[in-house]
Amino acid sequence: MKLNLALAQINTKLGDVEANLAKHLDYIKQAKSEKTDLLVFPELSLTGYVLQDLVASVARKPTEDDLVFKHLLKASRDLDLVVGFVDEDYRHRFYIASAYLSNGKVLHVHHKIYLPTYGLFDEGRFFAWGDSIRAFDTRFGRVGMLICEDFWHASPPYLLWLDGADIMLFSSASPGRGLNDKEKLESARWVERVIKAYASMFTSFVAHANRVGYEDGLHFWGGATLFDPNGEEIAIGPYNKEALTFAQMDLNQLRRTRARLPLLRDERTNLVQKELSRILAK
Amino acid sequence: MTDIILSINTDLARDILTGFIKSEVTRVGLSHAVVGLSGGLDSALSCVLAAEALGAENVLAVRMPYKASSKDSLDHAQLLIDQLGVQSKTIEITDMVDPLFKLDPQISKIRIGNIMARERMIVLYDQSEVFKGLVIGTSNKTEILLGYSTIYGDSASAINPIGDLYKTQVRQLARAMNIPAPIIDKTPTADLWEGQTDEGELGFTYEEADKLLYLIVDQRYSPQEAIEAGFNEKFVNTVTARIRRYQFKRMQPPIAKISNRTIGYDFLYLRDWGT
Repeated sequence: MKLNLALAQINTKLGDVEANLAKHLDYIKQAKSEKTDLLVFPELSLTGYVLQDLVASVARKPTEDDLVFKHLLKASRDLDLVVGFVDEDYRHRFYIASAYLSNGKVLHVHHKIYLPTYGLFDEGRFFAWGDSIRAFDTRFGRVGMLICEDFWHASPPYLLWLDGADIMLFSSASPGRGLNDKEKLESARWVERVIKAYASMFTSFVAHANRVGYEDGLHFWGGATLFDPNGEEIAIGPYNKEALTFAQMDLNQLRRTRARLPLLRDERTNLVQKELSRILAK
Repeated sequence: MTDIILSINTDLARDILTGFIKSEVTRVGLSHAVVGLSGGLDSALSCVLAAEALGAENVLAVRMPYKASSKDSLDHAQLLIDQLGVQSKTIEITDMVDPLFKLDPQISKIRIGNIMARERMIVLYDQSEVFKGLVIGTSNKTEILLGYSTIYGDSASAINPIGDLYKTQVRQLARAMNIPAPIIDKTPTADLWEGQTDEGELGFTYEEADKLLYLIVDQRYSPQEAIEAGFNEKFVNTVTARIRRYQFKRMQPPIAKISNRTIGYDFLYLRDWGT
């Protein structure tokens, strides 16, 4: 089975959900014309990233009667979508969220579980912490979603793997930093390195959509990637400019790789649990 | 001494910084930029970046000599204007500042320097309105950290593309962007009085300062660790004291908080809000 993936590395208008929705619909149209099965947008793609006191005013609920999501849900009848937004729960807690939309329905919403609140980041000040990591079933198999800092920690991808995800969809609004004499920014090198490692260690597909553009002095570097279960790079988008990167996942590669390299079969989860219990009991 | 390498990928820097200028100018609905061109390296680099980002015809380079300014400064600025093909104006500030100097025969060099720097700011912001362009900053990371600037003078700008580049990195990027050699090779000076040089006033070279600042600021070395890495203790103390003492030049003035929601503390929006 083949999955035609598209990764949208877009710029956004800070706090202008309607303008960002229009851009989503435009990219969806382009992706659809290329026979895309699944289109992934970056973190907070509907809102922009450094929201600060804009959080409450851009928050949505991913439902059919929401004026933004109704358009996206309608579009998801043609192709599956991952979009980034601020999710407001019924008790008015605000989360950085990714929604997986398919055939007019919301299949899954992931709330970012690690909110970086150090260095240039201040997410913990403005957002609630997500508290669940779940894979979910799609028409292409079992999928897991994570948002930026979530995959800077090793445990969320590991848990998704054990929960059955063979396709991991990562999204980011990663500010570029660490310019030295190397070919790429330190932040870009770090992210590409760990994503490649997850694909290799979990013998899974790992895709990453990162936004571009500027917010005040911050710039977002783009460079969308897809790695296959052998840890090989299937596609990479350009840096620092908007692009729609197309890539095909040959899902049969999961079987071929795991027949050769049975890391999933041999993973000793009971041992992990036993040792983790011991460590946490200290 | 620890080996400290400050060299940067100039292609990538160029890409990011021109993208920044283009993004931040156009998102406020403008397409032009104004740069005060002193004839020195920093303003030359800002001007080149702005010209590449917006197109030379959309950049106004303003030369603002005082009667005592060195001729080299004017000539070097002209060299760059000719090379880039940017628009240019020369507005002499002598008649604007001399009357103020005359009010006090005892006026100090520092006051004279500050007045000239602030007068140039007034001229630039006035040209900003005439040319409908944003004022592009020309302060580098070294001088911002050392507080070697006039607050509301040369430190004033709408956006600053080079404020995260140390002086030695400014020089490296300037070379990569073909800024004329006389500008790159000259001794850095604010040209506020004859014979003034930055390094003479500061008491150390930019090359030394950059390496130390890189360890302390970028690599988070403690002053003690910097000394252990091979830096002279007195130099480390001088630089760390300057970083702390001049924090005020890097900030908006603090507002005394009395309400529940106060600008600067809990009224938090980026400048790019809504764009």
